[in-house]
Amino acid sequence: MTVMEIAALVAVMAVVTFLTRALPFLLFGRGGEPPKVALYLGRFLPPAVIAMLIVYCYRNVSFAAADGWAPAFIAGGAVVALHLWKKNNMLSIVGGTVLYMALVQAVF
Amino acid sequence: MNRKSLAAAFPHTVPVLMGYLSIGIVFGWMLSAADFHPVWSAIMSTVIYAGSGQYLGVDLLAKASPLADAAFLTLMINFRHLVYGLSMLEKFQGMGWRKLYMIFSLTDETYALLAGVRAPEGVDEKDFYFSIALLDHLYWIAGSVAGAVAGALVNINTEGIDFAMTALFLVIAVEQWQSNTRHAPVLLGAAGTLACLLAFGPENGRFLIPALFILVGGLLLMRPGLEASEALPEGGGAQ
Repeated sequence: MTVMEIAALVAVMAVVTFLTRALPFLLFGRGGEPPKVALYLGRFLPPAVIAMLIVYCYRNVSFAAADGWAPAFIAGGAVVALHLWKKNNMLSIVGGTVLYMALVQAVF
Repeated sequence: MNRKSLAAAFPHTVPVLMGYLSIGIVFGWMLSAADFHPVWSAIMSTVIYAGSGQYLGVDLLAKASPLADAAFLTLMINFRHLVYGLSMLEKFQGMGWRKLYMIFSLTDETYALLAGVRAPEGVDEKDFYFSIALLDHLYWIAGSVAGAVAGALVNINTEGIDFAMTALFLVIAVEQWQSNTRHAPVLLGAAGTLACLLAFGPENGRFLIPALFILVGGLLLMRPGLEASEALPEGGGAQ
């Protein structure tokens, strides 16, 4: 990628991220009550979207051979178990990632 | 902002300091592992400033994604910010030019701090909020740069380090599962997206577009039941 292409992608991410943060202030900053349906979606859409993004992360698993799915599912299970156990973000993320790296590099 | 407000804000931000340094280091390391110069890590953390968004950004950059795909995925992952803004409308009033920065820097962690803290006696409230936002941002940049430089210098096999993004989303999902009494939305999200993945295939993540329609449509259908089970608090939905 050229510097311009990288800069364009970073700029798009920056602008869209800022817009998601600014939109409520643009729409409702002058007083006026946010519509109930917006509050409802704001409350219940994020958990659904996180589930969607997890499926996105797993989109390339393949069940043709063990190395296509086992590392991602074993390490994913470890992340969930670690987090249920210790509730420490860093431990869960680094622990799961190191396990995944070990699995793809040395085991499968 | 002055030294007094910074000193008052600092103790409140220590948990974010620990969190941002570590999550930021992993971000920077991933970006270096994908062969991007550490300068990009500093730039991204300065102008984007979003944890999960930047993890996703590494994936988008590594694949040289089309701009439209990058915009869509960034929108999806940052959708929750809409809720944060709704509950900060009053808090940021009267902050002048600093209001723009407060909006820009409204990450999950800063939101959580601002929602919970009060300025101590004798410290201007607005200065105090601004100090919290600025300190958090600096921690994030520091962690990202440290990780990127380490990743560029230390020569180890980093194959698989991109799994950190999956791990981060799983952690968020576990926390949401535990703090919510109703699990229908997350189950809908998983089932609806999986159905679209199977129907449309994984290429470029475009299956997320029909999936989003299913999620929003499904949630609107579930609205009577979900709202009855959990009365929305006044003036904002987030806790």
